[in-house]
Amino acid sequence: MDALKKELKESIIEQLNLEDFTVEDIADDDALFGDGLGLDSIDALELIVMLDKDYGIKLTDPNEGKAVFVSVEVLATYIAKHRTK
Amino acid sequence: MKKQLKIIAYCHIKNNTISINGKSIIAKDKDLSFSDFVKQIYKEKQLAYPKFFKMDNLCKLAFLTSEFLFEAAKLDSKIIKHTGIVLSNSASSLDTDRKYQDTITDKDNYFPSPAVFVYTLANIMIGEISIRHQIKGENAFFVSEKFNETLIEHYASSLITNKKSSHILCGWVDMDNNNYDAFMYLVSEEGLYNYSKKIIKKTYTQN
Amino acid sequence: MKDVFITANTIISPLGFDSEANVSAIAKEQSGITLHNNISTSPCYASIIDHKKLDDAFSKIGDSKIFTKLEKMMILSLQDTISQASFSISNKTALIIASTKGNIDALNNNFEPERAYLPVLAHKIKEFFGFKTEPIIISNACVSGILAIAVAKRFLQNDYYDNAFVVGGDIVSEFTLSGFQSFQAISKKPCQPFSKHRTGISIGDAAASVAITTDTSEREAIQIIGDGSCNDANHISGPSRTGEGLYLSIISALKEANLKPESIDYISAHGTATAFNDEMEAIAFNRAKLEKIPLNSLKGYYGHTLGASGLLESIVGIHSLKNNMLYKSLGMDELGVTMPLNIIENTTKKELKTFIKTASGFGGCNTAVIFKKVKQ
Repeated sequence: MDALKKELKESIIEQLNLEDFTVEDIADDDALFGDGLGLDSIDALELIVMLDKDYGIKLTDPNEGKAVFVSVEVLATYIAKHRTK
Repeated sequence: MKKQLKIIAYCHIKNNTISINGKSIIAKDKDLSFSDFVKQIYKEKQLAYPKFFKMDNLCKLAFLTSEFLFEAAKLDSKIIKHTGIVLSNSASSLDTDRKYQDTITDKDNYFPSPAVFVYTLANIMIGEISIRHQIKGENAFFVSEKFNETLIEHYASSLITNKKSSHILCGWVDMDNNNYDAFMYLVSEEGLYNYSKKIIKKTYTQN
Repeated sequence: MKDVFITANTIISPLGFDSEANVSAIAKEQSGITLHNNISTSPCYASIIDHKKLDDAFSKIGDSKIFTKLEKMMILSLQDTISQASFSISNKTALIIASTKGNIDALNNNFEPERAYLPVLAHKIKEFFGFKTEPIIISNACVSGILAIAVAKRFLQNDYYDNAFVVGGDIVSEFTLSGFQSFQAISKKPCQPFSKHRTGISIGDAAASVAITTDTSEREAIQIIGDGSCNDANHISGPSRTGEGLYLSIISALKEANLKPESIDYISAHGTATAFNDEMEAIAFNRAKLEKIPLNSLKGYYGHTLGASGLLESIVGIHSLKNNMLYKSLGMDELGVTMPLNIIENTTKKELKTFIKTASGFGGCNTAVIFKKVKQ
């Protein structure tokens, strides 16, 4: 689970072009949207692509995304449960 | 009655060199990649604008050129908010289009990227500049084989004559397979330098 | 400043290869949107011009093998418009071309990759007709088509040209379809602008062209009397929640036209049927006090035709004025925006004198243009 969380943090930094962040800067329970990392709607869509590409999870309802992309902790738990890759 | 326009300031970024009003102010190693060049400029200018790194190369180029230009122009913030933006290039967003095409060409590795797709329109650069400075003025993006100073002059003049804009950010921002060229100038009825399409052409070619 | 009129016009779309056929189809509530099985990874609703029909029509004027689908659409449209126009091409005639992605399919088909450059496309069109001036290409997201009309008007008013031919077009391509799919913006059913049940856009192919001039002897002419094209300064892909840029564009156009909002007889909205766009437009129209004006979106007939949309939909608006007809906003059932709007629910005959065309696009752009029927 810790390896997955680290992997996710690296992925988020790279895929979403968070130039000023390192893995250490992102706490497991930091809010991804809003006041934490400040991701926006395009980032949310890009995370949906990442879920499919890296973990074989297809999220078709953007509202489902809201519940999943809360923090790295929540996201990692979801991926561990549903991943097909 | 055609308006007599003036140039307030101009900026050219080409060959890893930045010049303002004809004077070179930053010159970096010509062998630096565009990515490394803009990263260095960003850090040295202490821009503190995280959205910069989400932009594609074309928008990064346009954004930086406008940063230097607005800094040199020292316009009142009330004026900036209504500035018209009239930009142009030759390759549109093809540099980014090819990158997006790569995310969909291989059907066994088919993952269209929304973050890349959103930059597959050249006018997005106008959006990025507008968001940065909260500019809600007139916009237009033209595509032409070469920088067409006549077209831009006619359009900027029309905007001023029609009372749509008092100040206009004009220019050419092109990015195509690692070749880039950005030239922006601010015009209005009052400014430091005389303006005509001949002067602009000369300035663009010389710098 | 000179008065500027919009005269000859031709729509090329799945609803027909001339404006009259298109308007006739709209009057019968026919839509070009159908289910397509081979344009995406799963069946998808879109409005696509049959390539064989296009080639059959194009073969009468040129070699259908050496031009791309988009070029054939645009040339076919312009050919008809130029032949109808009261003026011919001179060295004071502008050629204005509007497209968001041009021949983007050339990145992955049998045409040379250079064909994807817009100046190359423009050159093909210039050469075909023998235009004498440098083509003016507008690529400004989904406002390109209507902005092209505003650009023509601005140039003609200020005497830079005597007249202009404006052509706009975009094709349904894997490039744009997959992009909108990645945005989860494609509707699983034919699009429903302003409806509570709307779930996104249907994409469409079309080309359209118009003749614009300062000199017309038409007894009933259509004059372009106001325009505005302002940025939201909010987000590069989502519209402003307060409809800021669209509102400013509308106000600018009304001010120039010297009209109060209640003098507008009809609104041809952008109405793409995404959750955000239609809501933003409703807010902007209310801010501009246009909420009572009869309004439609034509995207239910054509899908979203991107760079063609502003031009295509303006032509339908012009025919609305000439026919004194308000065409039904296809796909509308229950209003699904938070502010009131007067959506045209049934095609109705009504005396019309003015209409406003609005459009919005990625990059926070918005354009509004006002047209008026004048008796000469």
